[in-house]
Amino acid sequence: MTNSIEEIKDNDLLLVIGSNTTETHPIIGLQMKKALKKGAALIVIDPRRIELVKRADNWLQLKPGTDVALINSIMHVIVKENLIDRSFIDARTQDFDAFKESLSEYTPEYGEKITGVPAEKIIETARLYAKASSPGIYYTMGVTQHTHGTDNVFCIANLALMTGNLGRRSTGVNPLRGQNNVQGATDMGCIPNFYPGYQSVSIPEVREKFERAWKAGLSPRPGLTATEMVDSARRGDLKALFIKGENPVLSDPDINHTVKALKKLDFLVVQDIFLTETAELADVVLPAACFAEKDGTFTNTERRVQRVRKAVDPPGEAREDSWIITRLAGKLGYDMHYLSAEDVFSEAGKMWPALAGMNYSRIERKGLQWPCTTRDHPGTPYLFKGGFPKKKAVFTSVNYRPSEELPDSEYPLTLITGRELLQYHTGTMTRRVEAVNRASPEGYVEINPEDAAGAGIENGRMVRISSRRGSIKIMALISRRSLKGTVFIPFHYKEAAANMLTSTKTDPVAKIPELKVCAVKLERINNAREKEQV
Amino acid sequence: MVNLNIDGEQISVDKNSTILDAANKLGITIPTLCHNPELTTFGGCRLCLVEVDGNPRPVASCATFVQDGMQVRSSTPYLERLRSTNIELLLSDHPNDCMLCERAGNCKLQELAYYYGIRENRFEGTRRIYNTQDNNPFVSREMEKCVMCGQCVRICEEIQGARAIDFSYKGLWTKVTPPFERDLDCEFCGQCVGVCPTGALTGKMWSNKGRQKFREVDTVCSYCGCGCNLTLAVKKNKIVRVYSRKNTINEGMLCAKGRFAYEFVHSPERLSRPLIRVNPKSNWVLEDSDQPYGSGKPRQRLAGFQDFKEVSWDEALEYIAFKIREIKENSGPDAIGGLSSARCTNEENYLFQKLIRAVIGTNNVDHCARY
Amino acid sequence: MDDKKAVVKVCAGTGSVSAGGGEVLRAFENLSRSSGIKTGFNNRCMTQKVGCRGFCSRDVLVDVILKGEKTTYEGIKPDMVPRIFEEHIIHGRPIREWMAGDEHKRFHSGQTKVVLSHCGEIDPEELDAYAAAGGYGSARKAYTLMNPEEIIEEIKRSNLRGRGGAGFPAGHKWEFARKTRSDKKYVVCNGNESDPGAFADRCIMEGDPHSIIEGMMICARAIGADKGYIYVRDSYALAVQRLRRALKQCYEQGLLGKNIFGSGQDLDIRLYPAPGAFISGEATALLKVIEGKRAMPVPRMHRTAEKGLWNRPTIVNNAETLANVPGIMSRGAEWFAGLGTETSGGTKVFSMTGKVNNTGLVEIPLGTTLREVIYDIGGGISNGRNFKAVQLGGPTGGCIPESFLDHQIDYESLALAGTIMGSGGMVVFDQHTCMVDTSKFFLEITQAESCGKCTPCRIGIRRMYEILDRITKGKGRLWDIELLEELGAHIRTTSLCGFGMTAPNPVLSTIRHFRDEYAVHIKDKKCPAMVCKDLLSFSCIPENCTGCGMCKMVCPADAVRGIRKKPHKIDQQLCIKCGSCFDACKFGAIHIQ
Repeated sequence: MTNSIEEIKDNDLLLVIGSNTTETHPIIGLQMKKALKKGAALIVIDPRRIELVKRADNWLQLKPGTDVALINSIMHVIVKENLIDRSFIDARTQDFDAFKESLSEYTPEYGEKITGVPAEKIIETARLYAKASSPGIYYTMGVTQHTHGTDNVFCIANLALMTGNLGRRSTGVNPLRGQNNVQGATDMGCIPNFYPGYQSVSIPEVREKFERAWKAGLSPRPGLTATEMVDSARRGDLKALFIKGENPVLSDPDINHTVKALKKLDFLVVQDIFLTETAELADVVLPAACFAEKDGTFTNTERRVQRVRKAVDPPGEAREDSWIITRLAGKLGYDMHYLSAEDVFSEAGKMWPALAGMNYSRIERKGLQWPCTTRDHPGTPYLFKGGFPKKKAVFTSVNYRPSEELPDSEYPLTLITGRELLQYHTGTMTRRVEAVNRASPEGYVEINPEDAAGAGIENGRMVRISSRRGSIKIMALISRRSLKGTVFIPFHYKEAAANMLTSTKTDPVAKIPELKVCAVKLERINNAREKEQV
Repeated sequence: MVNLNIDGEQISVDKNSTILDAANKLGITIPTLCHNPELTTFGGCRLCLVEVDGNPRPVASCATFVQDGMQVRSSTPYLERLRSTNIELLLSDHPNDCMLCERAGNCKLQELAYYYGIRENRFEGTRRIYNTQDNNPFVSREMEKCVMCGQCVRICEEIQGARAIDFSYKGLWTKVTPPFERDLDCEFCGQCVGVCPTGALTGKMWSNKGRQKFREVDTVCSYCGCGCNLTLAVKKNKIVRVYSRKNTINEGMLCAKGRFAYEFVHSPERLSRPLIRVNPKSNWVLEDSDQPYGSGKPRQRLAGFQDFKEVSWDEALEYIAFKIREIKENSGPDAIGGLSSARCTNEENYLFQKLIRAVIGTNNVDHCARY
Repeated sequence: MDDKKAVVKVCAGTGSVSAGGGEVLRAFENLSRSSGIKTGFNNRCMTQKVGCRGFCSRDVLVDVILKGEKTTYEGIKPDMVPRIFEEHIIHGRPIREWMAGDEHKRFHSGQTKVVLSHCGEIDPEELDAYAAAGGYGSARKAYTLMNPEEIIEEIKRSNLRGRGGAGFPAGHKWEFARKTRSDKKYVVCNGNESDPGAFADRCIMEGDPHSIIEGMMICARAIGADKGYIYVRDSYALAVQRLRRALKQCYEQGLLGKNIFGSGQDLDIRLYPAPGAFISGEATALLKVIEGKRAMPVPRMHRTAEKGLWNRPTIVNNAETLANVPGIMSRGAEWFAGLGTETSGGTKVFSMTGKVNNTGLVEIPLGTTLREVIYDIGGGISNGRNFKAVQLGGPTGGCIPESFLDHQIDYESLALAGTIMGSGGMVVFDQHTCMVDTSKFFLEITQAESCGKCTPCRIGIRRMYEILDRITKGKGRLWDIELLEELGAHIRTTSLCGFGMTAPNPVLSTIRHFRDEYAVHIKDKKCPAMVCKDLLSFSCIPENCTGCGMCKMVCPADAVRGIRKKPHKIDQQLCIKCGSCFDACKFGAIHIQ
């Protein structure tokens, strides 16, 4: 997030794209409700009739995967009606003219044709956003989990830049991170091309710095992303995989593909708190400690580093991940010796200036938001105040490109996957909470009443959903939340796993899989025959 | 700014402040049950009455704006008698079974009864008794303990926007209920539980796990990216309840997962010893795995475990080290990869990538940022 | 007027309708039709529905106006209609024995009709009838000739005070709303008459709905409101129906809607029929209901005139208050102020019930004494009994003993006597009334009607009721009177809204004026008025008993024992104190103590 959660309530316009905020980020949802109560306008861009739609001034129900066309046509209107922020563009950006040119064909009418959103709504949205004084854009995986996810994000960045809506309090672009420490894991260098603090592995000086600090030779080649590692394992190139606290079998697209790949590995280590679906495929399973059993820090979506504290002991011989890693390093002949978690934290701070100003005593009561470079730096509630790291921000012209797998006559529906309020991710944790299971016991597929009527499906009936990759049995939930022609399945439930169906096509830049769009078909299951078969 | 005098102390406050705000600023405690600065003024408990010169009647300090030159007395024998009578009235319609109440020791009504020394009650009479139970999975609703402060109703409407509960019936029988007294069926954020001053609303999973002398550990929620601050109440090495303090970034608000979904920590299915595979990988088909989650069975008896044997840490780590060295020698470091986790701490993630990069020698390290 | 033309006015208030007024009216219409005389406007026999004229105990009231002379009949049933028609309308001979007598004259002559002046005179369902009586002239004047400040000044000079009970000067209230800047302002008519036994607002809404609409129009002009709500309890079905009709007529005639009287000001008035919870009569609670929430009063941190409905300036006036406004505008503030006392102008309508000879609606100028109302208009205590007390202001009002009868009725004097004006309920008690039982009766209502928001009202009133209950059952404790006084004062001081502040009134006023009666209940376990059944014992006086067995026959509990022609006995264990034996005994042999 460029801004803080606390700033949301002072937005005078909320533009929520591809984020079911009230269910997936409930507390951020509360801040949005506060802003609405104070009179903020709300624009929701989402194919589903999510809860926020009820309170939206303008709801753009686009066809899944047409975000680029929609945002480009919004920007077309902004240019046409001269609602751009000229002084901001001149002072802080470059390449605007070429970019402006690229928008010319995206008239609202053209946008309507592709996205299904009426042209007047596009125009209205453009005016609302461009004229707002402190608008905030909020998005999550609905924007990124596409084969053109990077393009979508470029579009959003362009929109904010051309209207100068960046770098002020309560004004900016805010991707909401879906997991407690996804920000921190990225910050800490658990990505193949960056060392901690987004320092590229390909720059020799950077590499040398880390080699000196770590007293080891480091590889100059960027590594593989998670999706690439699975592909590489399937090809037989990757031989061993060490998975810590993840359940890619359920969370990655195309479960059959993932399982085949993981089974092909020579050696798989899974370190987790439960015997997950992934751990069942492992050669060695290591028992880890959960969040309440260890000390350390998490970094939330607003870049706030906060203290995690040990409350209880782990069960049996389960150990903290840090204990396991340092011991294993020892066995591999590398001395990793730390007195405490804070020791590790201060080493990370030495390697990454944005964290250098923090220590545990400073974040004892309330966390700090990086960048925080010195011991007296107050942290950074919002980014890009007065300038960008690269001096000038670049406009990137983006063209609409359809999703990889579009519905056709055989698979006529578009599948969207996502989360629901009570369950979390692959359910490893929440599905072991009895109360949660009582309230959200099973998976479902949300079907528009018209599609359901077409397939002769009643509410609550078991149906079969199939894609080119697999098929699942699942309960039908007939609801107007879904746009006609699309169905929605939450991916928490292993017995009706949405990722049996999803496609492994990824974005060429970010390598993010296209979990939000794939083609499926829907069949009614004849109960009687099913029973006979059993 | 407006100047006023409370109990002989002069203070200057914003003109939109109430007398209660001003008193709080001076550190003067005025008892209340229904006041919550985050919510609209309710004015129902009538405990915060104060005397203002020139006013024939005491006024509710939570619902009276300050005025220039106001002379306020927050505590006089007369006011204390009015407060004491109100508490006595509340207690006359209360089960007073603090022995069994989840909130004993942390209950505003109990505290007030203690300070005002109320044991005998001059107003014994009809007491509300409700036999029906709310069968929702999360929130225990014992409405005979309700003091009608209305905080739950207001927070549900004003903050959460859910409007799942409201007052129904009249007179003594007024009761906070979901529509038509059905079971509560809402977002289960538990904001209502968080603000309830008595034992009327508690977490169902709190029951019988201990209510006092817990160790409070402040930490951060392990679900979504909001980073809400949690306080874990720990007793005998078990988390017995979860709540959030008011002065946190999430202002004391939590969602159903943060507040109620902590049971997994103590699940009997937790892994507790390292495992090494003894049987070959079976033909694993997801759809047919009918092993339910949360079955509560001890971990060894679950399917899947039969393919492994428990080993010591030393054995497990030696084996991993041996395999990694072997693969690194045969296929090079880039044949090895590591997937880290957004569940884990910054420190652990730092160490993990250091392990993969500095010890194994490859940049094949990633995590689930994309799912 | 045509000499032969007859006008028949049949009362069509709720009281009359339930006494058969509809049938009476139809009988007149049928008869004139069958005898070839056309009915309807401008025809020889004109039949009219008119609003209630207040004397409901004598319904159905029928006026026959022939040759300009009005004859009033009382207690008319449909089968009496042919004779009236034949003798009076056709032959011009009024029927003396059915004509309303002295009581009727006495009832009306003591009154001064201002708000009720149209009730019983004009057809409440016709805009034309209202217009013919000068209706909407005041509104026209307010919209075309006067500016808002002048209207407010006029209302202020008239000394009109809120008739809902609290008596806040209406003009001042309007001025607050006028002076508050806002994008939207509202005028709300409070027609949620909740007090059991009060029916003044109902009569006005049923009998003269246009006067309320006109009052609201003038108020809207004065404060600059363009939206109005008439909040009326939906159990007042006839009022809802007539108001709806009246509004429809106003829209049809262009009296409501856009650009009223060419003034450029718009006004939209909506009828808001709502469940009539007692507490929704409280202004802040009423506004919550219109906002779609539960009827619960909110602390008055701001005046509703400044921050009311949806936080906009809102005037909430009682129906009677608004109905007074057109008269003030047409006849002048001085005339209105002259009717009342120095501090409160005009008249007040009371709903007089209880042990008086003439019950019904009475409208009197403020400043009239209670004695005048009860003895002159009410015709004194019924059955020749003695006056004991009068309870004013509905269930939250207080009881006043004889010593206060010569006090005049106005807001201040009533407060001094320990009661309130309220919505104008007036219940007269005779010597056979137990004051403890009476206060218990009123508290039984209020404890059930509390909205439940604040502690003293929700629990305190219930506890007072329980204490009274045990006193009337002979289980009173020695300190109960003091406890009631303390708790009553506590509730009065600490409650959130006017309801709680006044709810202890019946108890506190009866303790003040009839303390001994409480003491006798508690100490001697006796009810001097012989009302509290648990304190009574029925026994047979053997000397008087003839052994006729009547008591034995009527006793529902088989508590009477005895052989025929021998004195009987009452088994105290079985006796349920129903009093049937007392009523049945012709020889005065049943003794109550």
